[in-house]
Amino acid sequence: MQLFPCPFCGDRDEREFHFAAEAGKSRPDTTGAVSDAEWATYLYAQRNDKGPVREVWVHLTCAELFVLERDSVTMAVLRATPLRQDPA
Amino acid sequence: MTGRRIEAGGLIDRAARLNFSFDGRNYTGHPGDTLASALLANGVRILGRSFKYHRPRGPWGAWFDDPNAMMNVRLGRDELPNCPATTTALVNGMSARAVNAWPSAAHDIKGGLDLFHRWLGAGFYYKTFMWPNWHLFEPSIRKMAGLGALEMSGIEGHVTDRVDDVCDLLVVGGGAAGLSAARAAAEAGQGVLLVEDHPELGGGLYRRGTPVDGQPPVAWVAEQRHAIEAAGGRILTGTTAYGVYDHGLVALSEDRGFAKAPRLWRMRVRRAILAAGATDRPLTFANNDLPGIMAVEAGLEFLGRHGVLVGQKIALASNTSFGDLAAERLEAAGATVRRYDPTARPLQGIGRKGLEAVRHGRYRYDADVLLASAGWTPLVHLWRHAGGKLRWSDALSAFLPGDPPEGMAAVGAANGTFDLDHAVEEAGCVATGTPLPQPRTRYHIAPHWPEPGGEGRQWIDFQHDVTLKDVEQAARENYTSVEHLKRYTTLGMASDQGKTSNMAGLAAMAAIQGRPIPEVGTTTFRPPFVPVPMELYHGTNRGQQFHPLKRLALEPQHRAAGAALGEYGGWLRPAWYGENPMTQAIRDEALMARQTVGVLDASPLGKIEVMGPDAEAFVNFIYYNTIRTLKPGRIRYGLMLTEGGVVYDDGVIARVAADHFVISCSSSHVDGVTALLESWRQDGNDPDRIFVHDCTAHWATITVTGPEARRVMRALDLPVQDVPHMSFCDAIFAGRPLRIARVSFTGDTSYEMSVPTGSALALWQAVKEAAEGRGGGPIGVEALSVLRAEKGYIMVGKDTDGETMPHDLGFTGPREKKKAAFVGDRSLHTATANASDRRQLVGLAVEEGAPALPTGAHIVTGGERPASQGYVTSSYDSPILGRPIAMALIAGGHARLGEEVTIWHMDETRSATITAACAFDRQGARLDA
Repeated sequence: MQLFPCPFCGDRDEREFHFAAEAGKSRPDTTGAVSDAEWATYLYAQRNDKGPVREVWVHLTCAELFVLERDSVTMAVLRATPLRQDPA
Repeated sequence: MTGRRIEAGGLIDRAARLNFSFDGRNYTGHPGDTLASALLANGVRILGRSFKYHRPRGPWGAWFDDPNAMMNVRLGRDELPNCPATTTALVNGMSARAVNAWPSAAHDIKGGLDLFHRWLGAGFYYKTFMWPNWHLFEPSIRKMAGLGALEMSGIEGHVTDRVDDVCDLLVVGGGAAGLSAARAAAEAGQGVLLVEDHPELGGGLYRRGTPVDGQPPVAWVAEQRHAIEAAGGRILTGTTAYGVYDHGLVALSEDRGFAKAPRLWRMRVRRAILAAGATDRPLTFANNDLPGIMAVEAGLEFLGRHGVLVGQKIALASNTSFGDLAAERLEAAGATVRRYDPTARPLQGIGRKGLEAVRHGRYRYDADVLLASAGWTPLVHLWRHAGGKLRWSDALSAFLPGDPPEGMAAVGAANGTFDLDHAVEEAGCVATGTPLPQPRTRYHIAPHWPEPGGEGRQWIDFQHDVTLKDVEQAARENYTSVEHLKRYTTLGMASDQGKTSNMAGLAAMAAIQGRPIPEVGTTTFRPPFVPVPMELYHGTNRGQQFHPLKRLALEPQHRAAGAALGEYGGWLRPAWYGENPMTQAIRDEALMARQTVGVLDASPLGKIEVMGPDAEAFVNFIYYNTIRTLKPGRIRYGLMLTEGGVVYDDGVIARVAADHFVISCSSSHVDGVTALLESWRQDGNDPDRIFVHDCTAHWATITVTGPEARRVMRALDLPVQDVPHMSFCDAIFAGRPLRIARVSFTGDTSYEMSVPTGSALALWQAVKEAAEGRGGGPIGVEALSVLRAEKGYIMVGKDTDGETMPHDLGFTGPREKKKAAFVGDRSLHTATANASDRRQLVGLAVEEGAPALPTGAHIVTGGERPASQGYVTSSYDSPILGRPIAMALIAGGHARLGEEVTIWHMDETRSATITAACAFDRQGARLDA
């Protein structure tokens, strides 16, 4: 059972969190033309990297989304950053 | 009779006697006994039968390393299946029965199965029960399989309590190494917790019986315990660390007595020291499964801990330097001991229902017990759970802890440090972080592994009856990876999970293939280390503690009105009211609401406030429908989609002001919609310019619906003339704010009135009284479901599924015309979204006089092999129409109105006609009557 650091609440049990998205993915501008391939990539393609990853998680109990950097192999938690302070 | 109780020694209390029975015969034992030690003391040898061949079995190990003696144990009104006799503490009045044996372990009628072993080798089931179909054989094989029988009544109060705790240092194992480590760390100021799975501390010290630091074991253990506790350390005995999980979480199971669920400790540890010790591994030789053959350490354990000498004429076959000490101990206790070198020439057990003699090469010797050891195997399970690596030691012929996982160290026998003084020294150094002495060992082993092609039946897995020949056969059939070997032969899949069998099994495979043992490798070590009740995995995560019901403020009033309460979307709500049978009650309420007026507690309806300068653009993006054009004071029906274009929720949105909206989503989707709004707000928008707040619980909502609704409102002196359909107004009721919304989920004139929860009672009483004065009254959720279905109004998730898009429901406008971006927009224009055979929402009319269609029935094509074209989503008897109604999702349904279709359900077919989804008041004349 992992411990995740919510930037606002501190270390909490992983069961209080949900994965939201891989960080850095942006929504195509749907007011213009978006190809099927581009839209499918946005909807379904995950990098699913082995090693350090940047992901958006939500702490369900306080409803804050934040960027969680962790290692998908060792399960080490590297850093948690509030979404609005995230440079990317 | 071979085993007996000796006059003195051990940790038992000879002054007290405990009565118990085994397979119907009565015996006595003492406090401090396990079921196994007490039976051995009474001279009983056969404690169980093996799983497959029903061979007689005595205990191999003396603790969790015994796979043989499994029992159903009854004590008073409690009965537990599959209790290992070696770890079940004896309690007065226990009645035990061997599992997998009838009428008794000594005389099992299925013992004859053993004669067929030649045809029952590895893979027998997989090869034999293929034709014509495995499912033909499955029931009878399942009946034969399994061990103890479960007492279906269960055990009252078999509930664990869970403790979440933390410590600086967890020491696993209370033997010499564990005690030394815990003491050194505690005295250095660390917050120490020591766990030991036996009821007493001391670990393997009672087997050896040799002094530690010049003191006898009992005195030395007592001194360490005192020192640890004096330094602030904690000690839990009878507690097994059974799993290591991520980020330093260790699961501990604390025994609380027979038939009581163990206590679960979720211990978050900064550092752990593994001092779990080591076990003897079996020697592989012909007939090595006979009762009377057991581990050297088990023989010493029964002697040192329980005061039981397991035999009189003991043969000792050990390939390690510990054999000398074992022989001394047993001889001192009164046995004749004869030693055999298993590496010199092949060994063979002789006897039918138990060991009678040992053959060693050409010689035969009488013996009632053979203590055998092929060397020590360190218990590295928790090390592997934590992600530590193993390394092979040629000197010790064993896998030892290698590269450590973060925050864990191993000491003592678990680390391959088998000599007592070395273990104590090592433990102290590791605990305090002082440099370790040079590794050294007096332990010597002459490696001895299974020899392929050997004579006779040589057991690798005692419980599951896997022999060396089965391993050879698996290798011939190319199941050579240890993971395949395990699953093909079931080697290591017994209740001890390979603690006795894995090393011999993988060594046999290595020998067959001529590869070194470390290259063959081990199977994966997974929690739990010992069997624990499922209870420990769900613990307090059950019922209301796991999924608390949401309760209505007016629940007492509903109960007083005779409501039948049911769970709807997580809320406990009135399903219907009164004494009548369900069908009658629902019918009466639905008819009443159509003819006069119905009053519904709609408080669970979502009330999510969205405010801020960017609120308009935000909700316009969230909704499929255009919300931007909604005027303050007005309400609009809308759908929310997923990014995949699938309908996620439907509901209404009210605009309070230019920068203020209230989203009224489905009752069961409030949490989900709030999360969805938060997600888009924070990830994709400026979160300082939008505010989202769910205030569902703050407001109670009471809906009045039906032809008399307007008159009920007037009787309450509420301003109805100001509220046209799809608008709302604010008013005052009993001095508190009241919001009246004109929306309808029934097709009749309806008013949804929301008041602060504290005012719910007054409003409910007033509305109910006024309604009852006009022939109406409260209606439950079931009647509402009928009313909305008559109108073809959907319930998302019931009348839609994971593929339904808005145009499948007939809402085509925004898909074609909305210019602004919205969630799911692009997904509505893919080839899938444009397909002509999409399942679309329609109604179904049954034949004159036919009953309602079953919900879930399929609409099928004709012909030999009917295929599904969709299914019935909602089906009811409509009291106002006097006939059944139904809604369905049917491929291309919108273009098939009037078509007669075949309905299939549970091998019965009927016919129905496709209609519009709305079956009642299609012009909508009643909406504003």
